[in-house]
Amino acid sequence: MSSAGTSNKPAPGHVSASGQLQQRRGLGDLIAKKPEMVTLGLLIAICIAVAIANPAFLQPSTLIDIGRASVVTGLFALGVFVILAAGGIDVSFTAIAALTMYSITLLAINHAPNMPIYVVFLIAVAGGIALGVLNGFLVYTLRVPSLIVTIGTQYLFRGGLLAFVGTTWIMELPGQMGTFGRISLLEFETANGATVSLPVYFLILPAAAILTWWIMRRTLMGRAIFSLGGSPDVTARLGYNVKIVHLFVFGYAGALAGLAGIVHVTANRLANPFDLVGTEIAVIAAVVLGGARITGGTGSVIGTMLGVLLVVVVDNVLVMVGIPSTWQRVFVGAFILLAAAFFVTRQRKFKPAK
Amino acid sequence: MRFFDGHLTVLIGLIITLMTAGAIVSDGNYLSLFNLQSMAGQVPEIGLLAIGVLLAMCVGNGGIELSGIALANLSGVVAATIAVSFFSASQDPEIFSLIFIVVALATGFLGGLLNGLLIAYLKITAILCTLGTQMLFIGLAVAISDGRSVRVGAPGPLYEIGNGLLFEIPISFLLFIGVACIIGFVLRYTPFGMWLMLNGSNPKAAEYAGFPKNKVIISTYTVSGILSSLAGIIIAARTINVKWDYGTSYLLVAILIAVMAGVKPEGGYGRVICVVLSAITLQMMSSMLNFMGLSNFIRDFAWGALLLGFLGIGRFRLLDLINLQKHAISASVRSPHAQK
Repeated sequence: MSSAGTSNKPAPGHVSASGQLQQRRGLGDLIAKKPEMVTLGLLIAICIAVAIANPAFLQPSTLIDIGRASVVTGLFALGVFVILAAGGIDVSFTAIAALTMYSITLLAINHAPNMPIYVVFLIAVAGGIALGVLNGFLVYTLRVPSLIVTIGTQYLFRGGLLAFVGTTWIMELPGQMGTFGRISLLEFETANGATVSLPVYFLILPAAAILTWWIMRRTLMGRAIFSLGGSPDVTARLGYNVKIVHLFVFGYAGALAGLAGIVHVTANRLANPFDLVGTEIAVIAAVVLGGARITGGTGSVIGTMLGVLLVVVVDNVLVMVGIPSTWQRVFVGAFILLAAAFFVTRQRKFKPAK
Repeated sequence: MRFFDGHLTVLIGLIITLMTAGAIVSDGNYLSLFNLQSMAGQVPEIGLLAIGVLLAMCVGNGGIELSGIALANLSGVVAATIAVSFFSASQDPEIFSLIFIVVALATGFLGGLLNGLLIAYLKITAILCTLGTQMLFIGLAVAISDGRSVRVGAPGPLYEIGNGLLFEIPISFLLFIGVACIIGFVLRYTPFGMWLMLNGSNPKAAEYAGFPKNKVIISTYTVSGILSSLAGIIIAARTINVKWDYGTSYLLVAILIAVMAGVKPEGGYGRVICVVLSAITLQMMSSMLNFMGLSNFIRDFAWGALLLGFLGIGRFRLLDLINLQKHAISASVRSPHAQK
């Protein structure tokens, strides 16, 4: 970074120009090394802009709404982040969530209405892992881009759910599944007397984020995942078992998807088999906006969480600043493209020489 | 390249099997002129999108086209909104149809060009780019139409494109075959086609050989966009209304058709004639499931299973068992990249 300043001793007239250059280098380095700072900056900028346009945004109830809305997206995004880091992509996680959550609700109603909630979660995670591992196995064995494989499994899982499991909404959730979503962590009253509460299930997201951070940064598996995303050939030559890594990433994403499915059911107190599928793009966008490159090998948990917040805030906020909801997709789409272009050009321009 | 490779043989075999099986299941109704015409009328829209996917996959660079159906619907919505607000479909149907077609094609051109520019110059990965433009196109279509369906009506020439018959063959099907022939010819006999395929099979070599790489990528996605808008025109002509969420399952089906046709997802190989046959095969299977009275959800399930099955066939070269001679020929042609 300082090489630009020292190598060519600037004449007095050029001081401002080279100083500017140095500053831009610094910014470029920062973006290349910590892309999540850009996400954070964007998030803060949007929040300030919205708060000026509509002060109602700064109420605690809005923040709690955003926190609540980011749980399911956040769990999905952590799974997608792990897969993206390993150089793959997954679009079937919403179908995994829909299939596990609906099947388990049916199972609970028909066979074990008094099942404790932690058993429900365990079964959901196990189901998610099974479906995810199937994904990983197929991606590894078929050796085709994981996008195509997971498009196939998405249809397989969702078609299987709607064709063989059921298509009706379940409004009456059994036992603890019905009450879990209502337990609140903190509660307070707003100015107009309505009670706002942050539900207990919100805690699942930070817990999952910390677990993901630990796996990615503190274990050998995390190293293997980033390495696989960087270069599959080198990873195999280093002695990592590439097959196990594949099974792990997709299985882990499946587990998070199963978890997200149950959270979705208990939060909405409704099991609708048509839900969730169709939100994949927003989740992938969130992870990419958090600085993970879609070609693999990069990304961070913090960035992913910031990306999720960004997408959730943009989703919730457009209406508040007076942009009609019909234009929402245009903005999100343009946002994805702009952010992607920004990250790509920045990373290329300021990449240190190899 | 031999004309009858493994995929072509299998697809022809599948079509013959399906015809026989369909005739048996339906007491011959499956092969009635009416059913054949109705099947042929449904192939073009999805077939055109699949050719778009073929082009994007062949050009390499991790190429894929996910915005096809969104762009098709956007073309229809834009064209319908403009045409309806300036002309009356009942008073001057010719001008109305002409304007509709021109505006739709222009929209497809611009959409495809946008994809191409983003991928070639900004170096955004094709998956990410087309996911983003998919959302952008859907969003624009929703915003323009306010989320409702736009009525096109049935002005003479446009209606003919969607529903008319020429020598008992649907005009849309003839149009589709014509377009497929042109694309097939371009891919096989022009320098552009060669650049496209070689760029897909080994991008680095293509760059050192001095191919106009960016121009090839941009033209490929632009052509793909125009094909999407053609599909949009046929959809509008067939269904009389256009809506932003028409055919959401086409995203998968177009990729399924391309994979079934043996197009290599990593680039460099794909045959248009196989895509045409594979689109026809898929339509026949779909009609067959209808004849057997199965739900759409079972069809989705079957499509997913079929996609994975064909990926497996491609991976383990099961079709080469049918054509043993092909081994010797393809071994020398195959690029090192494709061997992994």
